[in-house]
Amino acid sequence: MPVLERDDAQVWRRRTTGQSLVRWFGWLLGVAVFVYCWQLISASTTWFFVWDAPRIANDIWTRATPPKWDYITQLGRPIWDTLNIATLGTIIALFMAVPVAFLAARNTTPSALFIRPIALLVIVSTRSINSLIWALLLIAIIGPGVFAGVIAIAIRSIGFCAKLLYEAIEEIDHGQVEAITATGASRWQIMAYGIVPQILPAFAGIAVFRWDINIRESTVLGLVGAGGIGLQLSASLNVLAWPQVSLILIVILIAVMISEWVSAKVRGAII
Amino acid sequence: MLRLEKLTKTYKTGDQALKAIDLDVPKGQVLALIGPSGAGKSTMIRCINRLVEPTSGGVLLDDVDLTKLGSGALRKARREMGMIFQEYALVERLTVMENVLSGRLGYVGFWRSFLRRYPQSDVDEAFRLLDRVGLLHMADKRADELSGGQRQRVGICRALIQNPKLLLVDEPTASLDPKTSRQIMRLITELCQERGLAAIINIHDVALAQMFVPRVVGLRFGEIVYDGLPTGLTPDKLTEIYGEEDWEATIEKVEDEDVEAAE
Repeated sequence: MPVLERDDAQVWRRRTTGQSLVRWFGWLLGVAVFVYCWQLISASTTWFFVWDAPRIANDIWTRATPPKWDYITQLGRPIWDTLNIATLGTIIALFMAVPVAFLAARNTTPSALFIRPIALLVIVSTRSINSLIWALLLIAIIGPGVFAGVIAIAIRSIGFCAKLLYEAIEEIDHGQVEAITATGASRWQIMAYGIVPQILPAFAGIAVFRWDINIRESTVLGLVGAGGIGLQLSASLNVLAWPQVSLILIVILIAVMISEWVSAKVRGAII
Repeated sequence: MLRLEKLTKTYKTGDQALKAIDLDVPKGQVLALIGPSGAGKSTMIRCINRLVEPTSGGVLLDDVDLTKLGSGALRKARREMGMIFQEYALVERLTVMENVLSGRLGYVGFWRSFLRRYPQSDVDEAFRLLDRVGLLHMADKRADELSGGQRQRVGICRALIQNPKLLLVDEPTASLDPKTSRQIMRLITELCQERGLAAIINIHDVALAQMFVPRVVGLRFGEIVYDGLPTGLTPDKLTEIYGEEDWEATIEKVEDEDVEAAE
C-alpha cells in the first residue's frame, strides 16, 4: 500500500509501481500461453469434421425424434436397478466412511502418527479413482451385474463422504466436548453427546448429496456392464437405435431431477 | 477439602501458565479468582479437573491426589466437580432436558445414556433443578433457542445434577449483560449456600466479585498475589494484580452498587 507525497496531498495507490509491472507481465504471459495453445489445438484439428458437425448433429436429431415411447416398458427394471445401485452403494459407503472419518479427524483420531495417515490414504485412494474404473476392475473380479455396480459406487463414495465428514468433525465447537468431558463421561459418551449432535446435520447433508451424485454416476456404470440403465443405453447406441437413446436420456434426466428435488428437500428439512 | 500443592503448568511453548500454586479451599467456601487475561485463571480451573494436564504438583480433593488417577478413577473424580463455562458450552442441538441430564453421564452406562433412558430419580432431580432456576417451561426447547442468561441457567443445572462437592466456574458472566450477570452470580452463590458447595469462580469483573463472594484470590502471571477479603482490595492491591490504572472510580462504583443492592 504505497502512499506518494504529491503537492502536499497523500496520494494512495493499491500497489507500488513495481507490483503493478509484475502483475502486468503476468497477464501478458498468460495471454501469450493461451494464444500459443490455441494455435496448437487448431493445427491438430481436422476442420472438415468440425464444419460438418452441425449437419451430423441435425441428422442425429431427426433420427432420434420422436423418442420411441413404447420402449419405456423395457426401461422400468433398468432404472430401478440404477436407483438401487446408487442407494445401496451410498448406504454401504456411509457405513465405511463414518469410522474412517473419525480416525482421520485430527481431534478424534487415536493416533495422529500411525492411524491418521492410514485413514487419509484410504480417503485419497478411494476418491482418486473414478467409479467407472472401479466398475471395470470389479467386473473382472466378481463378474458383470448390479452387484459390481453397487460395490464400485460404494468404494468411490467412501473417500468423498469420509473427507467431508472428517472436515466437519474437525470444525466442531470444542467447548461442548470439554463440557461433556467435565461431567465424567466415558469416551463413547463424549462421542455420543459432545460430537455426534454437532456433526449430524453435516452427515445428513453429505449423505443425500452423495446419493444425488451416485444416481448420476450409476447411470453410466452399465456402459461397462455393471448393471442399470447404462446397459440399455450402450445396447441402443451399439445398434444405432437413436429413438431409444433419446428416450433413455429423457428417463435419466427425470430420475436425476427427482433425486435433486429429494436431496434439496432433505437438506432443507435438516437445517 | 480442595488443596492445590505446588500446582505448575508449563505449556509446550515454554509459557509458564501456573507457577507452583498453593491454595486451600475449605468445604462450602465460594471464592473468586480474579486477574488479568492470560494470568492463568482458566488454566488453573482446568488443571483441577484435568481438562488440562498439570505439569507437576498435586490437586487433592478430599485427600485424593487427582493428578495421579488413571482414566477410570479420573472419570469418577470428575463427577464430584461440576463445571460452568463462559460460553455456556451446552450441546446446542439437544434439548434443555437432555443437556441437564448429560450431567449424569458419569453415573449411567453408555446404552442408557444413548437411548436417553435415565433413571427416574435423575429425571425427577432434573425437573427440580429446572424449576429452581425458573426454566421448567423450557425443558423441551432446544438449547440454541434460549437466551444467554437462560443457557447459563441450564449450564448451572447440568453442573448441579452431578451432585458435586465443588463447582468450577469459568467466567460465568463474561458473555452476559450487567443485570443478567448479577442474577447469575446471585443464583450461583445462593445454590452453593443451599447445598454447602465450595466453588472457584473465575471472574473479570472485580466489582461483581466483591458483591457476591467472601474471599478473593488475585492471580498475576501464574502466581497468587492476593488472597483475602474482598474489602481488602485497595487500589494498591488492584494495581499489583492488574497494573497501573485509576482504581478509585471503580471502587467507588462498587460502594454505590452495594447501597443500591441493599435497598
